[in-house]
Amino acid sequence: MALLQISEPGQTTAPHQHKLAVGIDLGTTNSLVASVRSGEAQTLADINGDHILPSVVRYAEQGIEVGQAAIEHAVIDPSNTIVSIKRLMGRAATDLKSLRQSSPYEFSISESVVPKIKTRAGDVSAVEVSSEILKSLKTRAIETLGDELVGAVITVPAYFDDAQRQATKDAARLAELNVLRLLNEPTAAAVAYGLDTGQEGVIAIYDLGGGTFDVSILRLKQGVFEVLATGGDSALGGDDFDHAIADWMLQQSGCKKIPTPSLVRLLMREARSAKEQLASVTEVNVKVELDDFAWQGELTRSQMQALIEPLIKKTIMACRRSLRDADVAVEDVLEVVMVGGSTRTLAVREMVGEFFRREPLVSIDPDKVVAIGAALQADVLAGNKPDDEMLLLDVIPLSLGIETMGGLAEKIIYRNTPIPVAKAQDFTTYKDGQTAMAVHVVQGERELVDDCRSLARFDLRGFPPHVAGAARIRVTYQVDADGLLTVSACEENSGVEASVDVKPSYGLTDSEIETMLRDSMDHAEDDMHSRMLREQQVEADRVVEALDAALQVDGDELLSEDEKANIAQARNQLIEAKAGDDSEIIKAAIKQVEDACADYVARRMNSNIRNAMQGHSVEEYAGNEQE
Amino acid sequence: MAITLTEPAAERIKSFLENRGKGIGLRLGVKTMGCSGMGYVIEFVDEINADDEVFEDKDIKVIVDKKSLVYLDGTEVDFAREGLNEGFKFNNPKEKDSCGCGESFTV
Repeated sequence: MALLQISEPGQTTAPHQHKLAVGIDLGTTNSLVASVRSGEAQTLADINGDHILPSVVRYAEQGIEVGQAAIEHAVIDPSNTIVSIKRLMGRAATDLKSLRQSSPYEFSISESVVPKIKTRAGDVSAVEVSSEILKSLKTRAIETLGDELVGAVITVPAYFDDAQRQATKDAARLAELNVLRLLNEPTAAAVAYGLDTGQEGVIAIYDLGGGTFDVSILRLKQGVFEVLATGGDSALGGDDFDHAIADWMLQQSGCKKIPTPSLVRLLMREARSAKEQLASVTEVNVKVELDDFAWQGELTRSQMQALIEPLIKKTIMACRRSLRDADVAVEDVLEVVMVGGSTRTLAVREMVGEFFRREPLVSIDPDKVVAIGAALQADVLAGNKPDDEMLLLDVIPLSLGIETMGGLAEKIIYRNTPIPVAKAQDFTTYKDGQTAMAVHVVQGERELVDDCRSLARFDLRGFPPHVAGAARIRVTYQVDADGLLTVSACEENSGVEASVDVKPSYGLTDSEIETMLRDSMDHAEDDMHSRMLREQQVEADRVVEALDAALQVDGDELLSEDEKANIAQARNQLIEAKAGDDSEIIKAAIKQVEDACADYVARRMNSNIRNAMQGHSVEEYAGNEQE
Repeated sequence: MAITLTEPAAERIKSFLENRGKGIGLRLGVKTMGCSGMGYVIEFVDEINADDEVFEDKDIKVIVDKKSLVYLDGTEVDFAREGLNEGFKFNNPKEKDSCGCGESFTV
């Protein structure tokens, strides 16, 4: 017969209706899955008793390998073995330069917005690789819990922007996992320690994982976690400790050649093992041999501390910045929670303890603490608790803004605003007769749009033309509890609306998910062309309308028949070009109309000034100014 | 009239109760639901109702309402492991038939 779990009073479900939910910590280096069974949150082990699934995917000849099996082949098959894929989640191809140096695999050369890695199974995106990790965890959970899952809470670094969160959701959809919620990792850690039932006050979460560093300042108030500030570095972690140690080994060996990918892997593995050993012993003997490379030497704990100290200092600086963002003093911090395997390194614990002037909390396994918190939250969201015991507030990690004239980013929702949230701001047109407005949604703290992350673009079209500045366009930004964004725009005089489901530029539509992302490059290009075309079409409309309006007023008065014929010809050519689908031709036709009208525009200007001043003396204007 | 627990079941129940931090004992019961007529209830207990019977086995209080007891008398609760899955099992002498998965039963 079936095996049963103990439910909370009154929460027993009908057979086959178990509300099984899991928490998943989808990490850069390691991933875990946890679930609440008989009231206890536990991470789930695989058939070998291992709880941790290394976040490594290998596209092998006989199929896809995930975890330990993949790691074992990393040294011999580096270009088909993908590690630290989380660093590429939601990243654009243009973001890759800084990441590429340290990546042993080849990126596919394409114009795609989503970077692809070349493997023997074809080009794969970060979303696809992550979904393989999720699939593996899902299978483990179903085998362990004995039934289908209603859903999962997946944790993400507090620093993840919308594109990265969306990519995580897409990966879950590919793995056919229902996402109950995306939860910030630090918030999950606080829940795991049960700090929600503890003393009210400020809590700092120091999370140093394999590839990311997050610090979050939370405040517990009336049983509610409020995230006061988040900070960190999405490209700093224990991997970098390994890099520093591996670099040192290479230096010590005196090897002048550029190391092969296989050697880099081996050095990293040895560096990591040395680092882990130095948590319990004060010195280790390291031996690295591969092909014609051979080195043997000793590494002491204090030597290693000297190597990694600059990296730890960077994390401490981020802690200081976050405290300042949160407007709290070091003395106000009640507890410091340590998360992530890299906090086992003694030097990290010491320096963090020194900075916060208190002993950090380390009693729950720092590798499992986030998954356990996520499982507790998943249990609540799946409806296994009599009442919603935990109401978690999260904040927006990076400001959300809109592009305004001149390529400037105007912030609409500021960073650290608690979510869910909705904010509206009014905009107007800048040209007479304007009937459309392009809305460009960006995320980031920089002033120029080019320096921010582009999340989405859409057009509000077809509102009636007004003189510049008369249209009232209200743009509303809405962020749901998962931190995902919807933007809508409405021209208030006419009621014309464009309510678009904003998908981040690096996210995917439902149909693309089904066709496995492979054609996203084509879509991206089509989208770009159609956007350019539509922009030019809007511009053409504006030009024709402005011209017709002007001709009606004073065309006969200011223009000769020849001139009129000339302008009419240019106008007809523009209308013809606009009906086509080549944005460059439309652009050229617009230029032609503008050239044909240059004299006319100048004459209109002069005549307008004359009309305005008719019957008035210059002194009158001067007098008005003085009043 | 009696309900009993096997040693492994008692141990697990004790540890789950400790972990939960509150609770008097374990409620067993039946509910009319499921594909074969009835399903088992297994829950933590925070309060005892007027029509409850309380048994004690291996230091664990087992609470059963009078209506359910008719179906459960003589049952032994065990804790078992099947592959990766683990959980509680009802060895009920009154159970005549159960659905393929064994989650619901008839008497």
